[in-house]
Amino acid sequence: LTKIMEDISFSSQLLQYVITGITIGSVYAMVAIGFNIIYNVTEAINFAQGEFVMLGGLVMVFFRVTLNLPVVFSLPLTIMVVTVVGILLDRLAIRPIRKPSVLAMVIATIGAAFFIKGAAMFIWGKNPFDLPPFSARHPISFFGAVVRPQALWVIGFLIVVVILLTIFFDRTMMGKALRACAVNANASSLVGINVKQMILVSFALSAAIGALGGIVITPISLMEYDRGAMLAVKGFSACVLGGMGSFPGAVTGGLMIGLIESLGAGLISSGYKDVFALLILLLVLFVKPSGLLGNVEASKIRKF
Amino acid sequence: MTTKGTFGKGAAYLLAATFLVTLLLLPAAQAKAAEAYKVGAVFSVTGRASFLGDPEKKTAVMLQEEINKKGGINGHPLELIIYDDESDATKCTLAVRKLITRDNVCAIIGPSLSGLSLAVVPEAEKHQIPLVSCAASYKIVTKDPDTGEQWKWVFKTPQSDSMAVEAIYSHMKKHGISKIAILSGTTGYGESGRSELLRLAPQYGITIVADEKYGPKDTDMTAQLTKIKGLAPQAIVNWSIGPTQVVVVRNWKELGMTNITFYQSHGFGSRKNIELAAGAAEGVYCPLGACNIAKILPDDDPQKAVTMAYLQAYTAKYHEPLSSFGGHAWDALSMVEKALGAVGCDKAKIRDYLEHLTGFVGQHGIFNFSPKDHNGLTKDAFHMVVVKNGDWALVP
Repeated sequence: LTKIMEDISFSSQLLQYVITGITIGSVYAMVAIGFNIIYNVTEAINFAQGEFVMLGGLVMVFFRVTLNLPVVFSLPLTIMVVTVVGILLDRLAIRPIRKPSVLAMVIATIGAAFFIKGAAMFIWGKNPFDLPPFSARHPISFFGAVVRPQALWVIGFLIVVVILLTIFFDRTMMGKALRACAVNANASSLVGINVKQMILVSFALSAAIGALGGIVITPISLMEYDRGAMLAVKGFSACVLGGMGSFPGAVTGGLMIGLIESLGAGLISSGYKDVFALLILLLVLFVKPSGLLGNVEASKIRKF
Repeated sequence: MTTKGTFGKGAAYLLAATFLVTLLLLPAAQAKAAEAYKVGAVFSVTGRASFLGDPEKKTAVMLQEEINKKGGINGHPLELIIYDDESDATKCTLAVRKLITRDNVCAIIGPSLSGLSLAVVPEAEKHQIPLVSCAASYKIVTKDPDTGEQWKWVFKTPQSDSMAVEAIYSHMKKHGISKIAILSGTTGYGESGRSELLRLAPQYGITIVADEKYGPKDTDMTAQLTKIKGLAPQAIVNWSIGPTQVVVVRNWKELGMTNITFYQSHGFGSRKNIELAAGAAEGVYCPLGACNIAKILPDDDPQKAVTMAYLQAYTAKYHEPLSSFGGHAWDALSMVEKALGAVGCDKAKIRDYLEHLTGFVGQHGIFNFSPKDHNGLTKDAFHMVVVKNGDWALVP
């Protein structure tokens, strides 16, 4: 009987690891999608991506807790504010670069990341902030494992983001113009696409998605001014694992990193959980340098 | 004639100038009847450890004002020279050297961090100046860990991690807990607590069935706790600082593990953490210094008066909640003040005075120094408290 008991508890433990991994992985995926949008248009890595996530969480705390607005208002307001920050980042840091090389843009985003982090420290201080979950705090029991209602929101929002982005890139003119820039910026500008405007749109879009990631994770993890860098590293790993520039790759990569971390921590050793994720990442890069779902041809001609 | 005239004019000017300068200096010299006692302070006011250095600096400045307002130390005003090491070991060492060689201070308080304190121990020893660190590691004062020999010139005010561990283990022993799991953050603080937990467990007959870790910026510890849940220990001890120690308590509650007693380290000692846990911290045990819990100490507690006075003065002056870290600076500066009052600005005598200081009632304990103990505290410097109705309550 004890043997059976142990088995049941082990399978529910396993389920718990998977649920945890998918929840955190969804946030990594959102960060990775943000990286990809800017990367596709500019071929640059936006090192301020994690700061968008941090800002999303803290601005949401301001609207939801400080001003006590309901989620339906505070969520779109937060996304709007952070989107404006993304637009400002492009206008103030990226566009003024006289000869926009990839390296110059990357360095500008690193500077911007420091600036945003410092500004957040001045505004909110160094203490972490809490955000009430969108629905009940009470966890749901599921085959012996526990699901937090907030986890369902996290996963749900990832699905919404994926669906909306697919429609945007496949069906709308602007989305198609963005994709054209991703393929060839020079040719796009020859056919009348305003590439500078597309860069602006890409920054706005990835700021919005980053903000959403921050909004949904804060009720689980709390948020403080210097959390961005870690989330950016995880999101970037997800991005590379899935293949730079690939949307399905970003989602796959994010979920995989989340799952590897959670299963690695639970089944092998929690002290080395980051090592497992990086190990898998290195292995994938050895076998397929373009990432799991990355385009091999495209990765050859890219500068980064 | 011309030369003589010029000379005469020059002499007149000189005379007038001397007279003027003397006039100007006279009141200043009268006011400074006694020379100021200079005390140096090095805190991590900015940088990663600013949560330590900031309240420490504020506390030291406040104490200096209080001391000078009541007429200084035996008529000598206290001059505090504070440097910010920006949480950086190199800057910290430079600041300490500057205090010793250029500012010529009588004694030094700080640094805020254990790593930085260890870096400046050789400076204090070489230049033979008393240094009272505000960082916790026992290594700061221990010259030889095997014999327990202490550094000659170095003291520290915070309780060692081993004392918090002993306070927790004694409480467990009293309640028949012998099978535990430990969780720790992969930071200096977490690592230090973890090694003490592992080292002292056999002495208290405690078996550690799980030894889990997480990063300082991790978002979720459900995986670690799920593993612990499967091993069914009687209690969990968590050792970390920052938001992760709140997240881990929430996860413990969400996973329905409240039948497993949860102990936090003394790093949990801020009411803000109870608030952030959003109800999940109910029933969590924690060893805290008197400074954290001034309000709930019984009136006959020897530390009640000093901790309440500090709490009221600090919150009135800075309009922010008291941080227990500031208490370490309070202890350090108050001890040095006491030594200066007794022996004056004589480095060797200050050292000897501190080494034999006993019964000193501070914010974090009653200090009894000796040549064998430059920390002067025992596990009794910690009070075991439990979170009850969203606030700390003393455990009888």
